[in-house]
Amino acid sequence: MTPAQAIRDAAIAAAVAFGLFVMLVGLRTDVGPEGGLILRQRWGQVALLCGIVFAGRLAITTLAGRRALQPSTAPGPWTARLQRAGKLLAPALLAVALVLPAIPGIGRYELDIGILVLTYIMLGWGLNIVVGLAGLLDLGYVAFYAIGAYSYALLAQYFGLSFWICLPLAGILAAFWGVLLGFPVLRLRGDYLAIVTLAFGEIIRVVLLNWTELTNGPNGISGIPRPSFFGLPFSMAGGEGTFAGFFGIEPSPSHRVIFLYYVIFALALLTNWVTLRLRRQPLGRAWEALREDEIACRALGINITTTKLTAFALGAMFGGFAGAFFATRQAFISPESFTFIESAIILAIVVLGGLGSQVGVAIAALVMIGGFEVFRGLDEWRMLVFGGAMVVIMVLRPRGLVGTRTPSIALGEKRAIGGDLVGEGRG
Amino acid sequence: MMPADEPPRVEEDGLTRKMTGDRRVHREMILEVANLTMRFGGLTAVSAVSFAASRGEITAVIGPNGAGKTTLFNCITGFYRPTGGAIRLHRANELPVDLHLLPGHRIARAGVARTFQNIRLFPGMTALENLLVAQHVKLMAATGFGIGAVLGLSRYPKAERQAVELARQWLSATNLLDRADDPAGALPYGAQRRLEIARAMCTEPALLCLDEPAAGLNPRESDELARLLLEIRGQGTSLLLIEHDMGVVMRISDRVVVLDHGKLIADAAPAAVQGDPKVIAAYLGEGDEDEEAEA
Ligand SMILES: Nc1ncnc2c1ncn2[C@@H]1O[C@H](COP(=O)(O)OP(=O)(O)O)[C@@H](O)[C@H]1O
Ligand SMILES: [Mg+2]
Repeated sequence: MTPAQAIRDAAIAAAVAFGLFVMLVGLRTDVGPEGGLILRQRWGQVALLCGIVFAGRLAITTLAGRRALQPSTAPGPWTARLQRAGKLLAPALLAVALVLPAIPGIGRYELDIGILVLTYIMLGWGLNIVVGLAGLLDLGYVAFYAIGAYSYALLAQYFGLSFWICLPLAGILAAFWGVLLGFPVLRLRGDYLAIVTLAFGEIIRVVLLNWTELTNGPNGISGIPRPSFFGLPFSMAGGEGTFAGFFGIEPSPSHRVIFLYYVIFALALLTNWVTLRLRRQPLGRAWEALREDEIACRALGINITTTKLTAFALGAMFGGFAGAFFATRQAFISPESFTFIESAIILAIVVLGGLGSQVGVAIAALVMIGGFEVFRGLDEWRMLVFGGAMVVIMVLRPRGLVGTRTPSIALGEKRAIGGDLVGEGRG
Repeated sequence: MMPADEPPRVEEDGLTRKMTGDRRVHREMILEVANLTMRFGGLTAVSAVSFAASRGEITAVIGPNGAGKTTLFNCITGFYRPTGGAIRLHRANELPVDLHLLPGHRIARAGVARTFQNIRLFPGMTALENLLVAQHVKLMAATGFGIGAVLGLSRYPKAERQAVELARQWLSATNLLDRADDPAGALPYGAQRRLEIARAMCTEPALLCLDEPAAGLNPRESDELARLLLEIRGQGTSLLLIEHDMGVVMRISDRVVVLDHGKLIADAAPAAVQGDPKVIAAYLGEGDEDEEAEA
């Protein structure tokens, strides 16, 4: 690129930046001295930002050339390495997760983050069935999370059922709602499906918010029972019939945290195991085939509606499990925990990780949720950092961290398939 | 599966003709199309078409562009619901099935497979996976509809081995065995066409409908295709073939149905169709349109 072109290019970038910042940064309303709103103008900052964009763009184009910013979906150099390392990486991550509570220096705070990350990994894997494998864009996944959470909370409150009985019930109820939503909706495609699922997520939240007699509305449900260890409650009192008393150890609040950690660990592994197993079987292959080409599926005798419904129901079921776990961990739930932003975060994890990739989703959840917590000290800046990181990944790896697909079966050796060939699904 | 030493019938035109002539004496139909009409708004794409395809034969459907051939296929394979008329499948020793009343996915299960004018493979899945998806209905039943398979309680492993074996046979019949683990989207064009046929055959159909399978193939590939179609016929599958390559049509088909502007204008043996003035007129009329379209 000639210098003149580079300058023009940078000027265009600066113009775009100006268009964005002129309103966002240039004008600001503040509370004035008399208590009314006053409009503050900050043209200096706008000029500064545009200048930074101009200089930055110029530096990128002249130093690195435009090539450095080419998007790629093919198995790039580092994904190829990741693929090879993936065989080791997945067991390594698993081993670390397994022994995490025993690692010295891992306290209650770290375990809490671990529980949070594992919850999102599980949600990511659950949504991955719907979005990654079946190619159905679901923007209302949080609805099933909410249904699971409220199922447990209400069943425990009204019928006194224990967590271990409610867990499967919560999954079944969420799956039931998944089917109920899926039945009329799955004939829609692409954008329409996304809009309807988005609306469904909001409807569930609004119902929870307004059906005060049942759900206690915005005040939420508190005092949700904690899970017991095969009937032994965790209690600081110790004594007969509690976890600590039965095993003859000093009662400690960390027992319950460790136990919860292993519960969500097992639930996440269950999700992963079922997904991996189904992927190698006709149902999973039919999901992927649907994502690739629905019309061809129909010509091969595949019932599109029921196949989509199974994906929807199964994804919803794991969302329901995760919701029940969330309720028992928090002991308090309210509709506020189930806003659209949760759906967006889970979807972002799936998309950033690579549609259909289990390891990719786990890494994305670890980086996004774990990183978000670790950098709490950065205050609002972390939003900017994560927004920036997401933009960079989407520019450089439009198909996510692991953009390749591994075949489910092979006559010879399984070779990864480049993301450019793999369909994304259109609903 | 296919006898390798079977004499290639492609070259022996006269002999093939005589054999098919004999066969027609006691022909039974596999597909019956009666008074089929398909309208799109004001446009009648297929207009009161009736014909029958015989079991164990290759029936070609030809006609100028826009004659309604693909629309006819879409009606037979359940992608369109016909405005009027009936389509019936007569499998050996079974009651006839009214295809025009079945939902789309049931038609493949009834025994009709198809390929598409614009190839529709699963590009991100390997050739082998494509052929396994084609055996979904059979395999799904063997897994106990997903539940048994997850729990590991089923006869699935055996069913999958058999499915892979069938896929392997069709891969080798279509000369794709060495590309089995390559993604379908990365195969060359001709290989994709063959893979689509192999995939359709993996549904073990009684009737195979091919929409312009030779389009875009070079002469050598067309010859191989013709041989493949004769092999498929030799195994007892009946074929319905839309094709523009007259060389292929005249060489391998047992009967030719000609459509023009949605109407059936001829239904006869290939040689008779070639000399039919109505058919010649239809194709001559199309000549200028083609040039206009290309210009
Ligand atoms: N889905 C549709 N909607 C409206 N018109 C259609 C549709 N499908 C086909 N047609 C029209 O029907 C006629 C026949 O098309 P087609 O069956 O594709 O022809 P052929 O395959 O013989 O070239 C054309 O005029 C085409 O424009
Ligand atoms: Mg056509």
